[in-house]
Amino acid sequence: MNLFFQQIINGLTLGSIYGLVALGLTLVYGILHVPNFAHGALYMVGAFMSYFFMVDLGVHYWIAMAGSAAVVAVLAILCERLVFHPLRHSPPIHDKIAAIGILLFLEAVVQMFWGSDFRRLSSPFTGIMNFDGLIIPEQRLLIIVAAFVLVFVLQMFLRKTMTGATIIAMAQSREGAFLVGIDANRVAMMTFAISGALAAIAATLYAPINLVYPAMGHLVIMKAFVIIILGGMGSIPGAIVGGMIIGFAEAFGGFYISTAYKDIIAFGLLVLILSARPQGLFAKGAH
Amino acid sequence: MLFKLGSLFMKPGAKLAMLAFAVVFPFLASNEYQVYVMASAFVWAIAVYGLNIITGYCGQLNLAHGGFFAIGAYTLGLLTADAGWSFWPAFIAALVVTAVLGFLVGIVSLRLKEHYFAIFTLCVGFIIYLLIDKWEELTHGPIGVRDIAAPYGFGVVDFTETTPFYYLVLAFLVFAIWFMGRLSRSLLGRTFIAIRNGDELAQSLGINLMRNKVLAFVLSTTYAGMAGALYAGMVRFIGPEEANIIHTFDMITYLLVGGIGTLTGPLLGTVGIVWITQSLQFLEEYRMIIFGPLLVILVIFFPRGITGQFLTWMHHKAQSIAPAKKRKESKVVTTQRREVENNA
Repeated sequence: MNLFFQQIINGLTLGSIYGLVALGLTLVYGILHVPNFAHGALYMVGAFMSYFFMVDLGVHYWIAMAGSAAVVAVLAILCERLVFHPLRHSPPIHDKIAAIGILLFLEAVVQMFWGSDFRRLSSPFTGIMNFDGLIIPEQRLLIIVAAFVLVFVLQMFLRKTMTGATIIAMAQSREGAFLVGIDANRVAMMTFAISGALAAIAATLYAPINLVYPAMGHLVIMKAFVIIILGGMGSIPGAIVGGMIIGFAEAFGGFYISTAYKDIIAFGLLVLILSARPQGLFAKGAH
Repeated sequence: MLFKLGSLFMKPGAKLAMLAFAVVFPFLASNEYQVYVMASAFVWAIAVYGLNIITGYCGQLNLAHGGFFAIGAYTLGLLTADAGWSFWPAFIAALVVTAVLGFLVGIVSLRLKEHYFAIFTLCVGFIIYLLIDKWEELTHGPIGVRDIAAPYGFGVVDFTETTPFYYLVLAFLVFAIWFMGRLSRSLLGRTFIAIRNGDELAQSLGINLMRNKVLAFVLSTTYAGMAGALYAGMVRFIGPEEANIIHTFDMITYLLVGGIGTLTGPLLGTVGIVWITQSLQFLEEYRMIIFGPLLVILVIFFPRGITGQFLTWMHHKAQSIAPAKKRKESKVVTTQRREVENNA
């Protein structure tokens, strides 16, 4: 029975990380209407920034996380200003290719500075909690708690503040948002900043139980794509629910079916679901 | 309009000059390695022509293209190395396997539009990579496949040598381009372009979207399979890395630099970039520091690549005032289309 609960904890951990990454992706999709393939690179840069702050500058884990979130947020704003903004009237295929360009560039830059070795990010939370045989590492607990807090704060920001409401308004209807005098540039930059910061925080949270390397974003971003398709592109609750679905499917599939193929589960699930419902699980109508 | 211009650029003279250069290239090359590099550039160019059918003409960004390339390579590799087939039957089998798999993936994935399709194919490409890497009983996993047969020659021609193999690849490339040319001028090619320009409009003209898209997809995966099989016959050793998504991104770069949706673009882009990377060896590992921003700059400023830019320039020379008006119109059309999509 304990093993079963252990898998629930693993599923929650994975689901929290995937949910945070997918949340940023889905927010940007709401503004850009194009999936940002560079999001995984932002996640990877986030992990490397934290590594840089902690190992090279020797600052504390929390400060490194905040610093990394700030750097990646600025990087995301730069992407918006320099790349996606000039492309706003181009056919969607151009945004996708440009995003791939950013992804390749960031990966190559990181690889130039840090090489392609696998690195470990240490965390101050190395302890293990033992609840009557159920073992929970502190870092995993931290991930779950942090994800819930972040989602709550983001939800409050989007629902209760004026600035947050402009993001929702823009995602619902671009023209409508313009009509009531919302500054599209400001909203777009803010959305990119939030999405970049979320990716950096998720990466910093997850790095201590995983490894840091230039290709670390590939799998996570592809799973985040799977999640936002499952949850409906642009939907915030969808991103969180989808993240949990994939997290649990991986934790249980990896344990009960096969560890070697656990990464295929998410993609196999997507192929199955899209074959049956081309518009995704929660989307209201076909797009 | 593009193809009237395309045929202007592809005057018989230009075509023959390019072909003549390709034929004498092995004699101009200073060493065998250069011939080898050119042959590998041609192999990639064949694959890029395949990508051009589905992405350039039909407008669907297929991110599983490298996966199909790897399937072609592995089909040939496993059949010759493990099952003891000789090259040409295995080559045909590679074409059939990629076409059939392309058909199966196509009928599922092409029901999805735009980014759903791009993400779906991204996942398919990754599943292909994972299967090749993990299914050790079939694919030998990370060890890869060794001892792949080379095509058997005739008389004094021995395809295990570089120069004969170069001509073999050249023959396939010429065939691939010839077929593309025929396709782009045919009703079928125009149908693909109609789908790219607006699938609702195409549908209202009585075009069966699904059938045409699947056909374009199968053609493109068959091209990828052909390139993959030739690649396996050339390098004689393949591993799971052939299915790495980075190859798909490379091919998108070649296509975009050369000119997406043009006939000569894939060849110019592939051969050009392969040679630039070769001559600047230090670029090999960090090439993406240059090519990443290059992709961005190209889609922002020159979305139609070298060939497209050249065609525009020719067009300008031909008529000095008309095109400006025309381009302005087309810009308005794309803006409106984007807005319509955003509202949907």
